[in-house]
Parts: sequence; structure tokens; C-alpha cells
Amino acid sequence: MNNILTYTLFSPLVGILLLLFINKEKQSLIKYIGAGTSIVTFVLSLFVYFGFDAANTQMQFVEQYPWITGLDISYFVGVDGLSILLIVLTTFLTPIALIASWDSIKDRIKEYVSFMLLLEVGMLGVFLSIDLFLFYVFWEAMLIPMYFIIGIWGGKERIYAAVKFFIYTMAGSLLMLIAILWLGYYASTLPGGYFTTNLLKLYAIAPSIPMGIQVWMFLAFTLSFAIKVPLFPLHTWLPDAHVQAPTAGSVILAGVLLKMGTYGLLRFCLPLFPLASFQFTPLLATLSVIGIVYGALVAMVQTDVKKLVAYSSVSHLGFVVLGIFSMTEEGVQGAVIQMINHGLSTGALFLLVGMIYDRRHTREISQFGGLAKVMPVFSTLFMIVTFSSIGLPGLNGFVGEFLILLGSFNSLFLGSYVYAAIAATGVIFSAVYMLWMCQRVFFGKITHEENRSLLDLTKHEIAVMLPIILFIVWIGVYPSTFLKSSAASTKQVVTQMQNAKSGNLTPASVIVK
Amino acid sequence: MDSFSTSELLATSPILMLSLFSLIAMLANALLKNSAKAVFGVSVVGIIASVICSIYTFDEPSLPQTAFSDMLLIGGYASFFSVLFLMIALFSICIAKPYLEKEQYHFGEYYVLILIATIGMLVLGSAADLISIFLGIEIMSVSFYVLAGYYRSKNSSSESALKYFLLGAFATGFLLYGIALIYGTTGTTNLLRIVTMYPQVFFDPLHLIGWGLILIGFAFKVAAVPFHMWVPDVYEGAPTSVTAFMSTGGKAAAFASFIITFSVPMSMHDERLTMVLAVLAAGSMIIGNWFGLSQTNLKRMLAYSSIAHAGYMIIGIASGLPLGQQGIAFYLVAYALTNLGAFGIISMLEGENGSNVNYEYYAGLGKRKPGLAALLAMFMFSLTGIPPFAGFIGKYYLFASAVQSKLTWLAILGVITSLFSTYYYLRVIVFMYFREAMDNTEIVLPRLAFVTVILCGIGIVLFGVFPSLIFDLMKSIF
Repeated sequence: MNNILTYTLFSPLVGILLLLFINKEKQSLIKYIGAGTSIVTFVLSLFVYFGFDAANTQMQFVEQYPWITGLDISYFVGVDGLSILLIVLTTFLTPIALIASWDSIKDRIKEYVSFMLLLEVGMLGVFLSIDLFLFYVFWEAMLIPMYFIIGIWGGKERIYAAVKFFIYTMAGSLLMLIAILWLGYYASTLPGGYFTTNLLKLYAIAPSIPMGIQVWMFLAFTLSFAIKVPLFPLHTWLPDAHVQAPTAGSVILAGVLLKMGTYGLLRFCLPLFPLASFQFTPLLATLSVIGIVYGALVAMVQTDVKKLVAYSSVSHLGFVVLGIFSMTEEGVQGAVIQMINHGLSTGALFLLVGMIYDRRHTREISQFGGLAKVMPVFSTLFMIVTFSSIGLPGLNGFVGEFLILLGSFNSLFLGSYVYAAIAATGVIFSAVYMLWMCQRVFFGKITHEENRSLLDLTKHEIAVMLPIILFIVWIGVYPSTFLKSSAASTKQVVTQMQNAKSGNLTPASVIVK
Repeated sequence: MDSFSTSELLATSPILMLSLFSLIAMLANALLKNSAKAVFGVSVVGIIASVICSIYTFDEPSLPQTAFSDMLLIGGYASFFSVLFLMIALFSICIAKPYLEKEQYHFGEYYVLILIATIGMLVLGSAADLISIFLGIEIMSVSFYVLAGYYRSKNSSSESALKYFLLGAFATGFLLYGIALIYGTTGTTNLLRIVTMYPQVFFDPLHLIGWGLILIGFAFKVAAVPFHMWVPDVYEGAPTSVTAFMSTGGKAAAFASFIITFSVPMSMHDERLTMVLAVLAAGSMIIGNWFGLSQTNLKRMLAYSSIAHAGYMIIGIASGLPLGQQGIAFYLVAYALTNLGAFGIISMLEGENGSNVNYEYYAGLGKRKPGLAALLAMFMFSLTGIPPFAGFIGKYYLFASAVQSKLTWLAILGVITSLFSTYYYLRVIVFMYFREAMDNTEIVLPRLAFVTVILCGIGIVLFGVFPSLIFDLMKSIF
């Protein structure tokens, strides 16, 4: 069990290797291999989850092997409270996405499954890396499979959406590359220093970077993450990518990919550049609040269900960023759990939208109405997920939003309760657009004859949904199961920020060997 | 002048071996009927023999450091690049054979010219004297001029050759004039001895002008802006297999010598020189990538990309750091594999009279030839600089060297222009995977070329994931 992280990380590659030797005509075998591999990865990640010591704030299951010795680059992976839940979320959603697309993807299945598994490696790598170079490699490499998934199996405008997705993300990450290089160079200018991208070494020295430069570093990293989140006004790639992507692509995109941005803020921006973070807190908090309200308002006027869900992501992720920059224990905890919640509920919404699209080949709200009568199971599940998304107490969404609002209301760093007050209106708006949409889709009279003959969910589809619903309820009823695994680590981040604020942080001026 | 010794002969064995085999090839070509296949065989054997000699000289303590009165460097650096040039030559003729057979232009002369050009590269890669640099460049270039016009009945090929020759001759003139000025101010043409005259001589204006002129010569050979005008037309007009060889081997050889030569004036850490190089790099990155955006022909697109990549590599020289030099060397390996692979694919798909090199023809290739399309996609990602392919590691080193030498603006410009390039590299993939094929005639892939391209693909993944394979070799030589 010493190399459990490496096994988890690269286990999807085994599936891809197997697929290489399989005739592309054997479609169901290919699907079974895809699903089987991703389930194995999930099981492996459970070993990590249950072996994880929540009280320990250090990196756990650490593995380190030299990679490029000249620049002190190593294969260096580990988990802590900030990443553990995201890893399990990734390994949980991938098999679900694969199984959900069992029948809807008919073309080039072998490539499709390979890209999904490759994507899983990339996402896990991003959450596991504690070397900036390694992190960047996964961060960029992950673009390739997602680009193909949108571009090959997407909707009508898929080419535009795929290229836009790729170039937008690349634009941000290239400047981050320069910042990474600069950090490495900075380490080499210290007495006895040398070029390094080892995150733990950089944690110790980075806060002492002069403010003038720290600001630029912070901006380069944040731009990259803000595009990924996406933070208003950098969100324009998201609706295109979501609407065009196939269902499984949207699930992974919303469920996991967007979290890489918020995770990056928490993992890199705050601890590496605390002083610059304080300076930019008002700006980022403002943008996230604008995002919350703007996303909700735009979602309200959408006529396409998938686009509506896409804009709701902009709104929900705004909450996460606000929570992170509140820099209070409640706020950051809320942000971490809200990342998971959003992954579950938005992932589930995309799955459900995909199911109805497979039946009707449209997502226009006006094409539906009265579905509750013809598809009772579908409607029930949809309503549960909707309630989770709008933060109804008893379901998961409430926990995250409540903690974030609580944290940002009291935050010394934000310095004002106005942010929380405006953000709270987002909760109300989200109830408005989601419930209004549900009303038009599920209730009232059946206005279109085609809808009368719609079949309700199959067992297969219900089986895909149930695990998600289980966790939606679990987190809502008893969140401590999950909150406790991230509690120690978030507390550490917050304490660090408080120390930095009060000037008690003494960054090391010498780099440790 | 000392007479030379056997150890010097052993030390220069890669060059001598290849010269020997090029003579055999020439004889075989003259004496045998239907000689092309035989000459191909002789060339392959000659190249492999020379590779073995290069590996032998790499780390052999009994050999001298330099040969023939310090004209040539021996071992380490020279051997590393010799192997690179020879592998490029080998891969390029493996691509060329089926291509020329298809075009019905399969003659032995082709291989002889490739071998002679490679001799020029080997000389260039090990040159430690401005005279031997000049010799190397000329041996290489003259062969290139002929190769570019190899399709003697095609106008585009002749145009390409003439353009290349006229501009190339002009550039050589600059180089030679520069050498003369350096000799005039220092009394020597030997790089090792020029350094010993510093710092007094360095600030002599004539000496600086001499370096400026030499720089023009190199900038022309590596295809840097503003001496890049020849590149698109020559690359497009020349036979595709020649373009593959020129764009990789020619550039690699020129850079190998560029690094060594400019380590002399760069040792003075003169800001003006750094600035000139930085501007050269910036211009190449901007112009190359900007014009790359509007291309519709793959060969022309790769020509502009070649200009841009010259820009990235000049960053390494401008940095004046070993890190940058290692970066260039790694980048050359990555670039050679990528471009050989890409041109190899283009040559396999090319139709009569240079048709089928437009983006449109690649539509739906992902379905028609999945393996080939996957490889081309990998090459495009590598050129863009996306991990885990080798191109990314090269860029990482070069940008790192820029940041370390306080040329951060150059690194930022580098990433911004990379972003431009993303668009046109991705376009190839868009056509291959996201569009439907227009014609579905069966494509027959020649096995030899396909295997070569697969090897290129394996190479960029291998060196992308385990870059230490190359960097460990380089530790001792930079």
C-alpha cells in the first residue's frame, strides 16, 4: 500500500492499454472495460480515503521520485484534507459518466472510453501533485482528452466550443507557467538556493517574495484558475463548452474540471502569496458576488435547460470563490464541501438533462410541460436534485451555501457583510430559476403530443442516479462525515492566513535541501 | 603545422566514415544499373557506421579534445550532435524512399546528396574554428540547394532551389565578411583563441561588426526573422522529403554551431548583444506564429512554424546560460522528431504534383487512418508545447533560461505567441477529427515510412515523459 496514490493515479491507463488490443467492433466489451477500470480506480481511491488520517495536516501517502534532477523536478504526489474529497469525487463521477453514456455514444466508442480514462488520469494528477511542474503537466495534458470529447462527440457547434475551451484555458495556464518558472528562479536566488518547483519547499519561502513581484505572481496564477472556475467575466467559454459537450463530458466538466480552478486558488494562491491575496480579496470577492448574481439572472432567462444549468454553475462557483476568500474556517470549509456538492448536484442535473435529450432530442424548456405525469420517476429525481442545487435544508447544497455565507458574513478579511448579503440574494434567485424551470417542464398540462409517449427512466438510468442521490442526502443530513476530513487542513490554511495578516508569519529565507 | 596523428583520425571517425560511404554510394550509383536501391542500402549502412563511431567518440578518454590544430571539437558536444544529425538523415531517407518511388523520381543521387549534406552537418556540429564552420555550412548548403531543385522538371522545385541559392549565397557572403573582420581584429579564426584576446579586442567596433555579420549568416540558416523570407517558398517548393531533412537537420546543424560560436561573444555578457539576440527571437516568434495563422497549406504552415521555433530556440542563446543551451539541444531533438514525423505523414499522403497538402484533404483522417491521424495530432500537440510531449519540456527549459537571465519579457512573449500557434496547430486536428472526409479513396501507407513516423511518435512521448534520458547525457557536455 506504499504506492497507493500512484496505483490510483495511473490505474485508468491500464484500461487504455487493454483497449489498444481490442477490436473496435466489440463495443460492449469496450464499455465494460471502461466502466470496470474506472470502478477499480474508485475502489483504489477508497483505500486512500479510509486510510487517510483527517487529524493530520501534513501531506499523506507521499511518494517522491526524482524526475528531472537538473531543475529539482520530481514526481511528487500526496493528499491532504484539501484534495482528498476531490479525488474521491473524481473517481466517483468518472464511472458514473461512463455508465451514463452507455447507450448515448454510438460512434468511435473505443476512442471515447480511452479519452474519458485519460481525462481521469489528468484530473487525478492535478489534485495529487505537490510539485508545480508535475501539476502543470497534468493541468495541460488534461486539455487534450476534453478537447476531443467536446469536439468529436459534441453538438452542432462543437468545433467552435472545443477550440474556444482549449484556447481560453491555455491562455491562462501559459502565464501561470511563467509564474512557476519565476518561483523556481526565485528559489535559486536565495542563499544556498537552487531552482525548484517542489511545492512544500516553495510554501516555506514564497511568502517572502517582495510585494511588487508577489502581486504579479498572484495575478498570473489567479488568472489561470479564474478562467477555469470560471469567475465572472472570464466565464464565456463555459456555456459554449457545456452546451456542446456530450452528457458525460458536461458531467465531468462541471463535476470535476471546474473544481480544479477553485482547488488551485486554495492550494496555490493563498498559501504561496498571502500578502497579495489580501490585497486582491476585495476584487475577487466582488467578482465572485457579481458572478453569483449575474449567473443566476442569466440562468433565469435561458430557454435551453442545459444552458440554464451551465449558467447556474457560474453562480454556484461564485459561492465557492467567495468562501475561499473569506479566509474564515467556516467559509473555506463551506467552499470545500460546496465543491463536492456542486459536483454531485450539477453532475446529476446534466445526467438528467442528457436522459431527456436522448428521448426528445431537444432541451428547449418550451418543448416540455407536464412531464411529471408521463415520467414520474424522472421527475421525482429531477426535483430532488433541484432542491439540492437550490440549497434546501436537509440536502447537500444547503450545508455548503450556509457555511460560506456564515463565513463571509463574519470575515475580517472581506471587511464587510455586504458581500454575504448580496450573495444571499443568489440563493433566492437560484430557487427562482430552478423552480420556474421545473414548473414549466414537469407541471401543468402536456402541451406537446410527442411527450405523451415518453418512457420513464430505465433501471440502468436509475442505477446511475441512485449513488449520487445517496450522497446528496447523506451530505445534507450528516455532513460531518465529510467535513471532518477537510477540517484540519482548512483550519491550517486559515491560521496561516491569519498569521500572515498579523505579521506573525516568518517565511524562511533559506531553502531547505 | 603538426602532421596529424592516428588518434585524430579516430577522433574524427564519424566524419571520415560517412565520407567514405558517400564515395562508395557515388561509385555504386555510377557503376550499377537501377542503382537507387543499392545506394539506399549503402547510405543506411554508412549512417549506422557513423553513428557507431560517434557513440565511440562520445566519452573516450584516449582521444584528444580537439583535432587538426583545434579546427574540430571531439567527443561530447560534437558526438551528441553527430548522432542527432545522423539519425535525422536516417529517418529522412526512410521517409524519402517510398515517397520518391511514388513520385517516380527515385535515383541514387538523392541519397548521395543527403550523405554529403550530413557530412557538412557533422563538420558544422564539431567546428571550433570559423573556417571549419564556413566549410561545414557550405558543404551542407550546396547540397541543400541541389536537393531543393531535385524535381528538375517541376517549376516550383526549381523556383525553390533558385531562391534558396541566391539568398543563401548572399547570407554566406555576410558570414564570410564577418569572419574576415574577426580575423582582422584578432589575428585568428579559432574560437578558442579569440576568447583569450578578450576583453581588449571585444570592444573594437570592427570586431563587433564582425560578430554582427556572422549573426546574420546564422540567422539566415536557422530561419530567424528578418532573414526568413526564403523559408515558406523553399519549404513549399522543395520535395517534401527534402523539406523534412532541411527543416530539421539544417536547423539543428546551424544551431549546434550557433551555440558554440556565440558562446564566445556571449562570454562578455554584453547587454547590446543580448538585446540583439532577444529581438531576433521575439521577431521570429511573432512573425512566424502570426503568419502561421493564415496558412491553408500544411507545408507552408510548418514553414512558418519553423520560423517561430527558431525564435524559441534563440531565447536559449540570448540567455547565455548552460540551461538555455541544454534547452536548445533538447528542443532540437524534440523538434527533429516532430517535424520528421509531420513531414513524413505529409509525404505519405501527398498526391501528384504536390496536391493533397491542404488542410481540406486532412478532413476525416481520424476515421480514414486512425493511427496516422493520432500520430499527426501528437506532433501538433508537441509543437504547441502541450505536455506530456517532448516539445513542452524543450519550451520549459528555454523559458526557464529566459526567466533566469532576467529576460522575463521574452518568456512572456514566448507564451503569448505559443497561444497564437495553438490555433493553427489545432486546426489540423479540427480537420482530422471533427470534420467529415471529402473523399474516401483507400490510402495505402508505405510500411517503411509509416514505421519511421511511428518511431518519431514514440520518441516524442518517451523524451516527453523521461526527459532525463537526454539531459543526463548533456550534463557532461555543457
